[in-house]
Amino acid sequence: MSTYSTNQFKNGLKILIDGDPFSIVDNQVVKPGKGQAFNRVKMRNLKTGRVIDKTFKSTEKVDAADVMEKEMQYLYSDGEFYHFMDQETFEQFAASQAAVGDNAKWLKEEDVCMITLWNNDPLLVDPPNFVELKITETDPGVRGDTSGGGSKPATLETGAVVNVPLFVPEGEVIKVDTRSGEYVGRVKQ
Amino acid sequence: MSDASGWRCLGPLQRLRQRAFLCAQIRSFFAARSVTEVVTPVLSAAGNTDVQIEVFSSDGLHAEQSGSYLRTSPEFFHKRLLASGSGDIFEIAQVFRKAELSPLHNPEFTMLEWYRLGFQWSSLAAEVTELINVLRAAFELPVMQVCSLSYQQLFVNLIGLDPFAIDEDGLNEVAIAHGYHGAAMERVTALDFLFAIAVEPRLEHDQGYLIHDFPIEQAALAAPHPEYPDRCLRFEFLWGGVELANGYQELTDATEQRRRFERDNQSRLQSGKPTLPVDEHLLAAIDAGLPACSGVALGVDRLLMCLLDCDSIHQVMPFNAGNS
Repeated sequence: MSTYSTNQFKNGLKILIDGDPFSIVDNQVVKPGKGQAFNRVKMRNLKTGRVIDKTFKSTEKVDAADVMEKEMQYLYSDGEFYHFMDQETFEQFAASQAAVGDNAKWLKEEDVCMITLWNNDPLLVDPPNFVELKITETDPGVRGDTSGGGSKPATLETGAVVNVPLFVPEGEVIKVDTRSGEYVGRVKQ
Repeated sequence: MSDASGWRCLGPLQRLRQRAFLCAQIRSFFAARSVTEVVTPVLSAAGNTDVQIEVFSSDGLHAEQSGSYLRTSPEFFHKRLLASGSGDIFEIAQVFRKAELSPLHNPEFTMLEWYRLGFQWSSLAAEVTELINVLRAAFELPVMQVCSLSYQQLFVNLIGLDPFAIDEDGLNEVAIAHGYHGAAMERVTALDFLFAIAVEPRLEHDQGYLIHDFPIEQAALAAPHPEYPDRCLRFEFLWGGVELANGYQELTDATEQRRRFERDNQSRLQSGKPTLPVDEHLLAAIDAGLPACSGVALGVDRLLMCLLDCDSIHQVMPFNAGNS
């Protein structure tokens, strides 16, 4: 297994602590005048998303986590797993529901997602920042009212529910920011 | 630095004048007390053996010498001056420590070092406090309240632990509870960890702290405590959580000093670090008669940082490791 020395620590580096993969968020060197130097590190557990503080002796070696990010195309869900394909190698990967989590509601077939692989297994699935999805259900709006002011919930083809302006009708394709879950605009077909 | 403005000094030009003003204030403080300013060599044939300090090296100073070292502190030359009969001295010295870089560290920095003959550590600690408050006044800051605590009291008050009543395993357990990750630490390293990670962040921002009676393992060049064999006459001045000054009632026993240097080199070998030639001139000077004295080193960049309420010494340095 490869290792990193603390002097290689930088934000985004992936390390293995107590069997879990972590990504470094902040790294600070602390050194008493006549004493041992330490690296005080904030890091995110890539499985749980929780951020913790750990301190290492400087120059200590830490195991690297075999974590990499790859763009992959979403193919389909079989109800248990979400299947993705690396468009360069055509290799397919099955992501568990735990890996996809809440992001399942943004997954549309053929969209390209960012997959975080740990030991070659999907650990996290990040949808594109913007997705274009069709409204499958919403209350009839007030036609011609494009002045804004007021919104209504709309269910999209993937099951996500977002607030849209009153004038946006059922059947319309809209653009949504997946990071905030907010309506961005209508998509001209 | 590849960008076109990389040649420029860092920070506002006002910082240059503030630093000059600070140094002038320091000089007048010592002039009023008849402490002589000295200039001592940056390069020496001998190095600092301290296990946690890495020295820069250079070419020999003359044909018969294979190499030399950049000073990590002017301490060894100062003690040779004291043993030569110089009387009270101070220096504002550029010093060098390899691989130290953080908001509070730069490989080259400015150290104010001074020695007072016949002073007990406590008199020198009082003078450090006086200097800090004179400088605060010069920078139009109110008098700083300074809290004097032993190393033991500090640990007991802030993290509820008596560092002299707990063994190595116990210290490691507490360290893990404070987020330590890695192989079990030696007692002295575990104490460093708790001091830096658990104690310092709990200190009040605008309060001064005089911490004294450090563990004997951290004595370096300090005299042992006359009552407690596990402690030494070393003190530190902290401004909030920032270590500003480190002082000793000086060890005047050359045999004990040689033993400490040799133990340093043993530890260096064990941790795969290069050993360093012990300063024989210093040991001979101590042997010839280092007068009873106390000495202290104060980080001038950190002091300026604190006086100007900056977050990093790099905000008060025109040139640092990134553009030197």
